[in-house]
Amino acid sequence: MVKDITFGQYYASKSVLHRLDPRIKLVLCLLMIVFLFVCRSFPALALMVVFTLVAVGFSSVHVKMIAKSIKPVAVILIFTAILNIFYTKGKYENGDSLVFTVLGRFEVWDKGLYTALFTMLRIISLVIISSLLTYTTTPTMLTDGLEKLLSPLKKLHIRVDTLAMMMTLALRFIPTLIEETDRIISAQKSRGADLDSGGLVKRAKALIPVFIPLMVSAFRRAYELAFAMTCRCYTGGDGRTRMKQMKIAPRDIICLVICLLVCGGVIALNIFFKKVI
Amino acid sequence: MENKLIEIKNAYYFYDPEEEGKEPEPALKNVSLDIYEGEFVAVLGHNGSGKSTLAKLCNAVFEPARGTVTVDGIPSDSEENGDLIRRKVGMVFQNPDNQIVATIVEDDVAFGPENLGVDPAEIRKRVDSALKSVNMYEYRERQPHNLSGGQKQRVAIAGVIAMQTKCIVLDEPTAMLDPMGRDEVMDTIHKLNKEMGITVVLITHFMDEAVKADRVVIMDKGEIITTGTPREVFSKVDFLREHKLDVPQSTELCNALGIKGCVLDTDECVEVLGRILGGAV
Repeated sequence: MVKDITFGQYYASKSVLHRLDPRIKLVLCLLMIVFLFVCRSFPALALMVVFTLVAVGFSSVHVKMIAKSIKPVAVILIFTAILNIFYTKGKYENGDSLVFTVLGRFEVWDKGLYTALFTMLRIISLVIISSLLTYTTTPTMLTDGLEKLLSPLKKLHIRVDTLAMMMTLALRFIPTLIEETDRIISAQKSRGADLDSGGLVKRAKALIPVFIPLMVSAFRRAYELAFAMTCRCYTGGDGRTRMKQMKIAPRDIICLVICLLVCGGVIALNIFFKKVI
Repeated sequence: MENKLIEIKNAYYFYDPEEEGKEPEPALKNVSLDIYEGEFVAVLGHNGSGKSTLAKLCNAVFEPARGTVTVDGIPSDSEENGDLIRRKVGMVFQNPDNQIVATIVEDDVAFGPENLGVDPAEIRKRVDSALKSVNMYEYRERQPHNLSGGQKQRVAIAGVIAMQTKCIVLDEPTAMLDPMGRDEVMDTIHKLNKEMGITVVLITHFMDEAVKADRVVIMDKGEIITTGTPREVFSKVDFLREHKLDVPQSTELCNALGIKGCVLDTDECVEVLGRILGGAV
């Protein structure tokens, strides 16, 4: 049962996006999210939406998966849309404004409609862009990429490599601990533990005999693991080399250029067209 | 087999701290053992006999409280020397889950050489050949948690091979495996010893695994009680029984039948019984 939790959401494929350098992907993902918020006019946003859709096309991630990633934010989407529709009032800079319709006590202004649509598109694109990152990059690659990106922090005596090692170990032990949880649940159930009935408090209390053995075993594993790592000559990050070296390939440069062009386009379209937000 | 690789002299080890005037129960008591290059040594003993502690002295994770441990000429008396020793003596533990550090098989095998600061291209070569030598090359891009116990243990062994250590100490590597996994791992260990000339110290409580070793060391209550070739050691059936140790099944059968001499494995047993029964088998 617990085993069914899929960890991370990597979508295995060999698409262009999958093969991009994780560092480039991380930076570009952040850049594009920032530029979603730089957008002030509809044409600029349209450019970003088109960019997002093209990126989805190149990622070869199934449309269903994309839809799945939007589902959790559906509530937020509806909520912001409603708020924007009913509570945005006011005039544009050039004085245009219009009461679109009146629903009971609420006035709906056309600016409200635009803002709602704008925000929704913005949030959807944001979710798609960020989930594309996790769909196309394995957790290991993400960790490695982050380590490399943050490596300048070493000058400030922040142990980036140690942090990355901790992340890798956490990722490594998630499936192991999930299996262990399953086993402990079965063991406690076979001894008569009732985990599924009763109210919230009772059920939470029933989990105590699951979590205590889990914690104990996790500590024991950690001790053994530390031991094994010592035996394999791990002495911290200093003097370590990596087997897999990250290299910037031509496709990384091309992607970077495309993204920068899109960003430039967004700024230009913001200047030439009417600002909505 | 003339070069001493590991030299343990009168070693004591205590888990409990030493109190004033009172001596705690030692985990190891006056242990002396030489292990030669290229040798396959099996250390036998039941739980609490000190065999795992002995293993941890071999690669300097533990320093002896008294006595000395010298590995390839380096005494294990400081942290720095410990690091040097661990470059020469690798270790494989009982639980395969708790010694695999990476989320991908080949990354895990690369962990040791990465720690040693080996050049990336060279690591790649070592990882590939190490995985091939344990027959796990096809699994190099798999995730460790999807492998069987025997496969995980072979990945752990590959991790040590890739460090190119002279010696590999295995602390009950098969205790958590099913019979098939156990065979896979034992075959791999013998192959390392014979084909690559790696010195093997196998800690185990399975008598059958010790039969093919060059030398058997038997421990009880923190002391080495006897050592010798498997044939010498297992012929002392009564002595072993006194120390609550089993002998290999074939040996036990032939002993019970009153057959003289020492029979070690099934093939020998069949042959001996066949001879007695007048070629009827």
